[in-house]
Amino acid sequence: MTWIRRHLVIVIGLLVMAYILLPNLVVLAYSFNKPNGRLNITWQQFSLDAWLHPCNSPGICTSVGLSLKIGIIASLTATVLGTLVAFALGRHRFRGRAGTNLLIFMPMATPEVVMGSSLLTLFIALGVGTGQTTILIAHIMFCLSFVVVTVKARIASLDPRLEEAAADLYANPLQAFRRVTFPLVAPGIAAGAMLAFSLSFDDYIITNFNASPSSVTFPMYIWGAAQRGVPVQVNVIGSIMFLGAVAFVAFGQVLASRRERAGTA
Amino acid sequence: MSEALATGGPPARRARRNWVPYALLAPGLLWLIVFFAVPTLSLVSQSLQTGDVYNGYVLTWNVQTYVDALSTYWPQMVRSLVYAGLATVFTLLLGYPLAWFIAHRSGRFKNVLLVLVVAPFFTSFLIRTLAWQTILGNGGLLESTMSWLHLTWLLHGFESFLGLVNLGTGNQLLYTPFAVVSGLTYNFLPFMVLPLYANIERLDLRLVEAASDLYATPFHAFRRVIWPLSLPGVVAGTLLTFIPAAGDYINSVLLGSTQTVMIGQVIDSQFLRVLNYPLAAALSVVLMAVIIGLVMAYVRRAGTEELV
Repeated sequence: MTWIRRHLVIVIGLLVMAYILLPNLVVLAYSFNKPNGRLNITWQQFSLDAWLHPCNSPGICTSVGLSLKIGIIASLTATVLGTLVAFALGRHRFRGRAGTNLLIFMPMATPEVVMGSSLLTLFIALGVGTGQTTILIAHIMFCLSFVVVTVKARIASLDPRLEEAAADLYANPLQAFRRVTFPLVAPGIAAGAMLAFSLSFDDYIITNFNASPSSVTFPMYIWGAAQRGVPVQVNVIGSIMFLGAVAFVAFGQVLASRRERAGTA
Repeated sequence: MSEALATGGPPARRARRNWVPYALLAPGLLWLIVFFAVPTLSLVSQSLQTGDVYNGYVLTWNVQTYVDALSTYWPQMVRSLVYAGLATVFTLLLGYPLAWFIAHRSGRFKNVLLVLVVAPFFTSFLIRTLAWQTILGNGGLLESTMSWLHLTWLLHGFESFLGLVNLGTGNQLLYTPFAVVSGLTYNFLPFMVLPLYANIERLDLRLVEAASDLYATPFHAFRRVIWPLSLPGVVAGTLLTFIPAAGDYINSVLLGSTQTVMIGQVIDSQFLRVLNYPLAAALSVVLMAVIIGLVMAYVRRAGTEELV
């Protein structure tokens, strides 16, 4: 009884962890399935078909390509714009700070369906046809705030005395920024960029409002496929993204701990 | 919070070059003004216009649209808020122990667990929601596992119960409100866990010892000491869960039925299929207004101004 009470939080924690990870494991497992017919719901037999021919479902690789392209352009643009805003907020005094914070906060506090539909009304009012460009505009818009928040948190955690020390050592402001501030903020910028990319790559609702039949992103492709049965290839691409992200983070961790060890040695 | 923020941030010597912050802000803020603030106004304006897709729209301040929208679609609106509220409560109940476990009991696995909480994000939201079809569907993973454990009666009992209280057909889990709320809970759980973790990690556990030294039972130590201190994390987490969940319709479409239609689904189909732009815009405006109202009341009630 005491054992249960003492370890209750661990047991619950692990169960919730399992709840979080279960769908990903299901996606991975069913990427090796060979379904009978269109529905990939019941397990039939093991097969590597989908992994060997990931593009073997019409339109899937084009849509992944479009999502990658939009994700890269949108996350890079949002990262540049967002980082500039974060530096202004974290390192400068100016009028209108409260208004700026509100403008940054609101897109994160607005349901996607509202943002997507309001952008659509703007494009309708201006007579702009929807397509890749409008998707890009929308993605940069909703990624921007998340980049600002991520980078700003990193800037706020920096010790301002480091920059003062650089100035004491005769670095001019540009040098201090280039050699001290920027390298220290860089991990926050990288995290913001990664967050922006994953948000963009994954977005369905806002994209759907601002897309056209000729600009089908990967989430839109899945949505369409969901009506008639999702091909196993979708599981393969989902699993690649998942395993790739885990490997990427693990690699970063190993690198960081090795550097740390080298630093202490 | 850092000292820099407490004192208003910036070192005074920068004050002279006053154009610098505005130059840094300009491109980003301009983007948000043109593609977030202006569209919001355009949404409100669209909701007050009359006309149709082929002949164009004129601003007539037609408030009747709002009356029509609400009298027709209030059930979907209320349902969205109820589902989002339930999902928020469940994510809090599940997320709090998990955040506590990661913060204080996971030892050297802390970073690994944090990565695993975020990692599902990298498999598309849609794919993961579809995975719940595989799990909950008839003949799916849950049913096979239950029959392997000889617990099929439990599953079927629960399904009949859902049917009895009119929340399903009585012979399936998928396509019921239960499936939709579980999907929402699952999808927004990381949004709850991360702010909770950030808050709980900073809590000083010696406070619990101090409380029990003062004869507090574990329950009272939690209620009177730990819970109030973790409120900022709870507020941030509940907002990050409730707001997107209220507008979400991916879960209700993929895991629900015609009985579980949420307001986002109505807005989507009115905009993109029915092409009734004013009605769809009015519903969007109402959703936004309801959420802002609820959030403001909630934040005031919870007594914290620390947002996100």
